[in-house]
Parts: sequence; C-alpha cells; structure tokens
Amino acid sequence: MEKTTVFNNRVLPYLLLLPQLVITVVFFYWPASQAVWQSFLREDAFGLVSEFVGLENYQTLFAQPEYYKAMMVTAIFSTLVAALSLSIALLFATQADKNLKAAGAYKTLMIWPYAVAPAVAGVLWFFMFQPSLGMLSRPLRGAGIDWNPLLNGNHALTLVVMASVWKQISYNFLFFLAGLQAIPRSVIEAGAIDGARPMRRFWTIIFPLLSPTTFFLLVVNIVYVFFDTFGIIDAVTGGGPAGATTTMVYKVYADGRLGGDLGGSAAQSVVLMVIVIALTAIQFRYVERKVQY
Amino acid sequence: MVEHRPLSDFIAYAILTLGIFIVAFPVYLALVASTHDAATVVGGHMPATPGSQTLENYYRAVFVGGSRTSREPVANMLINSFVSAIGIAVGKIFISILSAYAVVYFRFPFRKTAFWIIFITLMLPVEVRIYPTYKVVADLKLLDTYAGLILPLIASATGTLLFRQFFMTVPDELLEASRIDGAGPWRFFWDTLLPLSVTTIAALFVIQFIYGWNQYLWPLLITTKDSMQTIVIGIKKMLVTTDELAEWQLAMATAVLAMLPPVAVVIFMQRLFVRGLVQTEK
Repeated sequence: MEKTTVFNNRVLPYLLLLPQLVITVVFFYWPASQAVWQSFLREDAFGLVSEFVGLENYQTLFAQPEYYKAMMVTAIFSTLVAALSLSIALLFATQADKNLKAAGAYKTLMIWPYAVAPAVAGVLWFFMFQPSLGMLSRPLRGAGIDWNPLLNGNHALTLVVMASVWKQISYNFLFFLAGLQAIPRSVIEAGAIDGARPMRRFWTIIFPLLSPTTFFLLVVNIVYVFFDTFGIIDAVTGGGPAGATTTMVYKVYADGRLGGDLGGSAAQSVVLMVIVIALTAIQFRYVERKVQY
Repeated sequence: MVEHRPLSDFIAYAILTLGIFIVAFPVYLALVASTHDAATVVGGHMPATPGSQTLENYYRAVFVGGSRTSREPVANMLINSFVSAIGIAVGKIFISILSAYAVVYFRFPFRKTAFWIIFITLMLPVEVRIYPTYKVVADLKLLDTYAGLILPLIASATGTLLFRQFFMTVPDELLEASRIDGAGPWRFFWDTLLPLSVTTIAALFVIQFIYGWNQYLWPLLITTKDSMQTIVIGIKKMLVTTDELAEWQLAMATAVLAMLPPVAVVIFMQRLFVRGLVQTEK
C-alpha cells in the first residue's frame, strides 16, 4: 500500500523525521547497544575499570540457581495470570453479550480499572491482604490459614497474581466483548435452529470464531505479565520473600540496582530482548494471517 | 431467533453484578480507608462504611504531607504527574505525526530504512534497557528533570504506526485538489490533514495520558529528589517507612487521588478511549 500522489521535496522529509529519529537513537538504540556491549564486560566494584570477558556473564547467569528460579516464577506467574484473567473476562463478556438492557452501563463499570496504575493496584490489594490490618486477612486466619504474604512465598505469589488478574480483566473484557459482538447473529441462530443448546453453541460455534481474539489477547497478556506487572510486584512484595515473586524483569532491576552487577543485569536484559522479539514476531505473523482472511 | 429465557438473563445479571463487585471492591475499601483516622485503619477492624476524617485526611495528604515521614505534599506530586503525562502524550503525538507524514507523503532515499528504525523500537520496552538508558539520561544531566521523565518515554513506534495507518485511508484526491490550489506540504498538512486527524489525535492522547500517568519504573529510577516524584511512586514510598507505622489513611487518600484523573478520562471519554485502545493494539 503506497500513496500514488506525493510531494517531491529533498530536505523537508528528513526534517520531519528528525525529532523522532534523534529521540529513538539516543534513548533506544544507543542504550540497547550498550546493554549488549555491557553484557560482555565485567566492571570492578567502582565501575572504573571494565574488562572484556566474552560470554562469561552469560555463563555465570545460566549457572545461577536464582535465575532458573526467576524463570520458573515468571512461567508460573504468566500462566496463572493469563489463564485466570482470560477466562474470567470471557465469562463476563459472554454474559454482557446477551442483549441485556444494561449492557452499556456494565461495560463502563467493567473497563475503568484499565486506568488504575499497576503500582496503585498493588497497593490496594496489599491493603486488603496485609497480615495485621488487612480486612480480608482476618477471615483467612479465621479459616485456619496462617496467612502472611510477607513471609510465605506462596501467599506472596497468590497476592501478586490476584492483583495482576484484577488489573487485566478490564482489558480482556473489552476485546472479548468486541470479538463476540463481531460474530454474526445468523451463525448462532443457525446453530439454535439445529437444536444446539447454549453451552454447545458456545463451544462449537462461538469459541472457535473467537480464537483470533483469544490468541491476540494471549500474546498481549504475556507481554503484560512480563513488563507491566513490575509496579505490582514492587509495591506488593518487592520481589520477596526470598525471591518467591522475583520475575525475570524484576531480577534485571534488582541485580543492577541493589546488587550493582551491571554486566549480569545487562546479560539478563539481552535474554529478555530475545524473548520480546520472539513474542513480537509471533504477534506479527498472526496479524499478517488475519489480514489475509 | 435464539431462544430467550428469563433464567439465562437472571444468571447473566448475577454474574455481571458479581464482576462489578470484584472490580470495585478494592477501590471502595481504599475510599473508606481514606475517610478514617489512622488508629481505626491500622487497628484491623475498619468498618465497611465511610468515617468522619475525610476532609482532614485529604487536606493533610494534598497540602501538608505525612507527619511521620516528612514526605512531600501530594499537590506537588500531582503537578509532576500532570506535567509528565501531558508531556508524554503531546510529545509522542508531535513526533509521530510528523514522522508518519514524512513516511507516507514523501518519496526520498532511505525512506524504508527510517520506517524500520522506528518500527523496531516496538520490541524494546524500557524495562529491558533500564540501566543503559538511565546512564544516557544521567550523562545528559537530565536526572530529576521533566525532560528526563518525558523524553525517553515518547519515542515509540505506536504513534507513528497509528498515524501512518490513518493517513493511508485519506483519499488521494484531497492531496491532488490541494496541489491544484497551489498548496505546498505545510499548507496541506495544516489545512487538510490535521483537521482530518483530530479524532485519531484525541484517541492517542487519551491512551498516552493514561500510559504516562501510570508510569512507575522509569520515574522511580530517575527521580532522586522528593520534589520531582510523581504521585504513583509517592504512594509506594509512603508505605516504605523505616521504623514507624505507615500512615495508611493518607496513603489511601493519595491512592484515590492517583486513580482519579485517569479513571475520569476512561469514564468520560469512553469512546475515544476504546477507539485508541483498539487502534494502538492493531
């Protein structure tokens, strides 16, 4: 797709591109290449001398049990958040799609948490489940659970997952509802005429037709869990206790800042970049397929 | 016609009401907590209805700051958040509408290269390059400045792609007509293209305002002075007090204030918001 009529001007297009290119080079390409370069260096404790060490940072990284733990935490965390927020949002969206009179009002009331900052969402959930003053901690204690997300790793991960799911439901709901409303009524009516009950219609007609939306949301949700949940984790647990909620992104932050291990942190950044590029490539292959339909 | 059963409608209303309850409950609790005094909130037996300390809590949070922690008052943080969120939204729209205009309406050497240079930034979120970017910003002496808060976040391909997509749908006849009228690139941009782009600009503004307002990691890294903090990182810092109890009622009042502007944007500009969200994700 190209315009057939264009301006012929030698200098102007470069001037128009200049602001974005300058900012992109200064704040994207230069730092990203620095990350790659730093991942091959080892700095001394004062950052005065740095020495080329080849793949040593990567070898150290992949010899660390903590890194595999962060990978496991990331995997468990993404699976739980994506599975829960997608299925809960799909449940709500299918109900809102039932031609209800108040569907518009429900939509407004469901989508606004998108605007809540992840860190604020984390603080809200921490407030509810804080061991000593949380309103929902008492019933849990009453039920015989020794609830303490500050000390118990599983409790901490549960809390972070709940806050992340809560934050993501609105986004998934919006896209699922749009996807459901795009399914032609005639297809569903045809199923009904053939005698398919609502549940059967959902699994054999609606769910397959919704699969492009579901796949798109799956990728977006994984990216969300990787990056945007940083604020939630930092506000709720700070990666603890004992690394139970330290995801790969959180570890980049923690190792570089608190540990001061810039080479190791840079190597982790490069691993993450590879993962993001893979995810984006998957997303674009899917987009291209959608265009062909 | 699909069968219509009252029971199915009833179940739908019940499930949706439950959903709205789940979605609203944490925020409701924060609202309630922001209206009680410190002892009631910390005691762990906070009632489920608002208390009587509303004005005092909000007044202290906004203008005075916490007494135990000598924190900045929230008024200042709100200003910082507004400046950086609007700066990010306006900056992103400005640089991306110009670059999209260049890529779509001009033919010049390295056009494709320029497009790809911008496009690839989709794959480099700030989280994967935080420390090198921090170093660049430090070297440019931009720590603790609005420019440092804004500039690294405005360069991304989203806006350029969005405007490019929109410009492609603008009929070629409009450009031909302007050229017959003797309009140059600037006249065409101001008189024809910009007025047509108003909705797209507004939709992008809404999304980017929310994005900018809710930033956490980047402001956390580059602001060292309390006076440059945004409200989102301010709340977190209120809760990390060393030896004394956190003032939860003030933190919750701050949380409510931090949610108010972006939530208001979503509710009152819902159509633009939905449009922006759907378009930027394509």
